[in-house]
Amino acid sequence: MAKYLLLKHYRGAPAAVNDVPMDQWKPEEITAHVQYMNDFAARLEKTGEFVDGQALSPEGTFVRYDGEGRPPVTDGPFAETKDLIAGWMVIDVDSYERAVELAGELSAAPGAGGKPIHEWLELRPFYGVQPTVTE
Amino acid sequence: MTAEVNEVLLRSLTPSVLGILVRRGADFAAAEDAVQDALVEAVRVWPADPPRDAKGWLVTVAWRKFLDATRADTARRRREDLVDEEPAPGPAPTVDDTLQLYFLCAHPSLTPSSAVALTLRAVGGLTTRQIAQAYLVPEATMAQRISRAKRTVSDVRFDQPGDVATVLRVLYLVFNEGYSGDIDLAAEAIRLTRQLAAAIDHPEVAGLLALMLLHHARRAARTAPDGSLVPLAEQDRGRWDTKSIAEGVEILQAALARDRLGEFQAQAAIAALHADAPTAEETDWVQIVEWYDELARLTDSPVVRLNRAVAVGEADGPRAGLAALAVLDDALPRHAAVAAYLHERDGDLATAARLYAEAAQKAPNLAERAHLTRQAARLNARRSR
Repeated sequence: MAKYLLLKHYRGAPAAVNDVPMDQWKPEEITAHVQYMNDFAARLEKTGEFVDGQALSPEGTFVRYDGEGRPPVTDGPFAETKDLIAGWMVIDVDSYERAVELAGELSAAPGAGGKPIHEWLELRPFYGVQPTVTE
Repeated sequence: MTAEVNEVLLRSLTPSVLGILVRRGADFAAAEDAVQDALVEAVRVWPADPPRDAKGWLVTVAWRKFLDATRADTARRRREDLVDEEPAPGPAPTVDDTLQLYFLCAHPSLTPSSAVALTLRAVGGLTTRQIAQAYLVPEATMAQRISRAKRTVSDVRFDQPGDVATVLRVLYLVFNEGYSGDIDLAAEAIRLTRQLAAAIDHPEVAGLLALMLLHHARRAARTAPDGSLVPLAEQDRGRWDTKSIAEGVEILQAALARDRLGEFQAQAAIAALHADAPTAEETDWVQIVEWYDELARLTDSPVVRLNRAVAVGEADGPRAGLAALAVLDDALPRHAAVAAYLHERDGDLATAARLYAEAAQKAPNLAERAHLTRQAARLNARRSR
């Protein structure tokens, strides 16, 4: 088994094929999209491949240490050019091929006109554990 | 014979059992652990061998667990003192014990998240695992939060009177968390508030209980089958729980008659006016605005004034609502959503659509984000038709 992170971007990924902002969709298209995402997660729970999923607000701040006795420095809101993560799903699957297959399904979530968004998702393998048997 | 243990009934005995142990000289943290162990044992043993006196059984078992743990401890002197001291029988002032536990678990030295966790465990009798699941954090994290909280209050004297307002804030937080996992936190908050109302005669405790009942009554109507939010005006009022509403209204009226108004009674009064309207159009917005005025006077909260602007928009028209909104800081949470709604009512669909989209960006949760995006989409679709 191997764990993979599926990352969804607000910004920073290559443009989707069906790239229409959500507030330009029909209300029922939004409902269908939300339903698809929920069903996808529920299905992965059933197959025993779901680990975690979270969504992030688009607002955020950079923070760094500014030396002893000083409050941290903050910089935000994020610049318009920043790569911006919208959310993630962690899956635990048998193979890279399975991870790609699932990412493909998630990318097919319906968008404007009820057609798949073809959104680019980022697929990142976790570092595994040191195997018990090494030779 | 095997029967399911009535878990809620079992848990309702938690505070009085814990109170008895503390009065017998056990320190709070150890007593609390012992009561948890006894609850676990009850769930295991009772189905085959139900006790005649459930509370007596729990006290006996918890006390034995406490002594075992103390014996295992290295604190020898303390152990000897306690083993010699046979538990005094006689009537225990259980109502006071329960009340003291609420005060202790909501002690001002605790952070809100610690107070919530400790209240659910020590007063509610939930296990650490159940609380962790309800708040979506790892069990080890919740266990640490609870043991730190117990250390924080370990020096607080058990007989010190506390502040009811701090307890109410904790219960309100539990209620607002809604439900996820096996534990229905809203129902648990209602149970704990009801138990508190039985232990202390206080109009604000009654006010909070009424508020919870009135909100809980609308829960089934608040979400569509697909999980999306249904705003108050569009809810199927036939799905509101009339029994819960009737109880909430009765409790509220008795509290208001005492003439010691507080913020929870005022909030409950607003909820009661909504519950009272057979249709959204028949809502008594003029009275609701008056209650918001009371609430603003009592709390001086900008969030209250934001909600008041919505009510003013309904009572006196969207322009009046927008005027009330104009004096408020637009960085307030949900400010854009309120502005969008009022502009739509005023017929300015372009501005409303833009503000709904902006509000969606700032939404505090996914359900609200989807709802606000759908509002923007609805107006954009109408404008392009």
